[in-house]
Amino acid sequence: MSAQEHLAAARADAARRGPFTIAGRELRSRLVLGTGGFPSLELLTAAIEASGAELVTVALRRVDPAARGSLVDVLAAAGVELLPNTAGCFTARDAVLTAKLAREAFETDWVKLEVIGDERTLLPDAPELLLAAEELVADGFVVLPYTTDDPVLARRLEDVGCAAVMPLGSPIGSGMGIANPYNIALIREQTDLAVILDAGIGTASDAALAMELGCDGVLCASAISRAQDPAAMARAIRGAVDAGRLALEAGRIPRRRYAEASSPMDGLADLS
Amino acid sequence: MTQHANAVPDVAVVGGGIVGLFVAWRARERGLSVVVLDAGDDEGVAWPVAGGMIAPISEAQFGESGRRALDLALAAADRWPSAAQELGEASGIDPELRRSGTLLLARDADEAEALERERAFRVSLGLPVEPLLPSAARRLEPALAPTLRAALAVPDDHSVDPRRVVAGLRALLGDAVRGGARVASVAADGVELDTSERVAARRVVVAAGAWSGELAGVPVRPLKGQLLRLLDPAGPGLVERVLRFSTGYVVPRGDGRYVVGVTSEERGFDTVVTAGAVYEILRDAGELVPGIAELELEEAIAGLRPATPDNLPLVGEDGGLLWATGHGRDGVMLAPLTADLVAGLLAGDPPDAALLEVCDPARFASGPATRTAA
Repeated sequence: MSAQEHLAAARADAARRGPFTIAGRELRSRLVLGTGGFPSLELLTAAIEASGAELVTVALRRVDPAARGSLVDVLAAAGVELLPNTAGCFTARDAVLTAKLAREAFETDWVKLEVIGDERTLLPDAPELLLAAEELVADGFVVLPYTTDDPVLARRLEDVGCAAVMPLGSPIGSGMGIANPYNIALIREQTDLAVILDAGIGTASDAALAMELGCDGVLCASAISRAQDPAAMARAIRGAVDAGRLALEAGRIPRRRYAEASSPMDGLADLS
Repeated sequence: MTQHANAVPDVAVVGGGIVGLFVAWRARERGLSVVVLDAGDDEGVAWPVAGGMIAPISEAQFGESGRRALDLALAAADRWPSAAQELGEASGIDPELRRSGTLLLARDADEAEALERERAFRVSLGLPVEPLLPSAARRLEPALAPTLRAALAVPDDHSVDPRRVVAGLRALLGDAVRGGARVASVAADGVELDTSERVAARRVVVAAGAWSGELAGVPVRPLKGQLLRLLDPAGPGLVERVLRFSTGYVVPRGDGRYVVGVTSEERGFDTVVTAGAVYEILRDAGELVPGIAELELEEAIAGLRPATPDNLPLVGEDGGLLWATGHGRDGVMLAPLTADLVAGLLAGDPPDAALLEVCDPARFASGPATRTAA
């Protein structure tokens, strides 16, 4: 299939799928916000508001859910829903345990599953991820796995009952954008699950590209939290997510190698 | 200044941490009688886990609140040389203000790029920084690893030893500090201890650190930090300058000790020292200064900094009380400034409106990141 056909297929899919839905639940915002790296709670609050995000993800290993005045209170005051993640887990066992603690602490059975395979790149550990996903699904969790941009692994995650797939564009915090758009398009094409581009977004155009490729949503953390003005970047990426989605639904023109004038050349008045 | 046993003191300071003690000292210098109510054990308090860096330039942050924090930090740093000298002379305990400067370090190409952004930002603010080739940085600090990728000299950022500062202040204040006095509630005209004893005072200053939120309902939360103290039995000399990098710092003291840190964790009042934190702190610092692996691990501790939603302190008057809390990771650096501002208010000086506005304790009266109900 050519790139052109991929896009056409993605567009048709998008129209068919309609709203952004995970596990039967419709989400208003296609931008999911990560909470790591903000210089202060005040800047986090401003970014949440500017992003319009409905789901905000929090690393259970880095917060104490019972601590008052902290992250959890800020999210509650902002009226967003907390999506616990298992960041910092290196084995399926740790991730499963962390997810269970999160379920107890936050009273949600949704979990963004991360099982990291390497400290330097923070890339997912595929076999451990699959093991953990299978166990958590069996335990009644709604599992949103952070995965590599490998279409085969994405399919295996769907097979074990995950509720969405969250392929990386490039490594966490790298801001390198979508390294392999072709793979993201392949993942999109083969599944009816929600596809959320996770990790690698550096700036607004990366988020727009993810949406143009047919992703249902984008997760952003560092691109916003480490920007010089986090709230302004949140607004920019929110706009890009909307723009990318609209562009996908609008249907881009085919690429061509030679120019084609936008106005017909025939019948023009001869003014010389 | 003479105070009878039953006389009502001019000022009760709630909290005997570095900020409370500094405020009490400056208030007493203004001729006011003072009592400091200190819970009495140093378990979980912030100053023992502070590096003691006086580092407005290294810590400059982007954005509007960053700008305000920089104004405060520069005003505080200006006060340190004279404050350190006065404190040393009056108490006989030198707080060891070390004016050997700071190096910001990058370990790889990614960190070098991030450091360049930090450099350009400081230059745009007119702050003095100087990029150094790794070779030049290693001539200054030969203990740095040859893998060093980039360095930025910050000649005006220094450090002080918070333990010596607190020891000096305690020596000066003597029995004006009441140990074992745990305050249960505060009011404009006095406080009540957890023993139900009431301590009257003409003015009350809340300097209760990470416990200020629980005590008085202000948006101050504990931010856990874990830190190591290492000792070089051969004495000082391994590292002369403060070294800072993306994940931590190494601060040399004058006696061959090194403070290496630090974590920032949203863990409530948890003060457990974890293996993971000790490992990560040593791994990262050891990557830059391999020689620290040879040092003795003297202490691994955790403490709670009093953090606010915008990382700025609460200093000034509100609701009949005086506030000197919420200094986050900057309590040591800001202590002399907060002490001057609060002592000025207590003594009835014309207030420094610009600085007090930045740390207005009433600024969180509305908005989402505000007071949290119990």
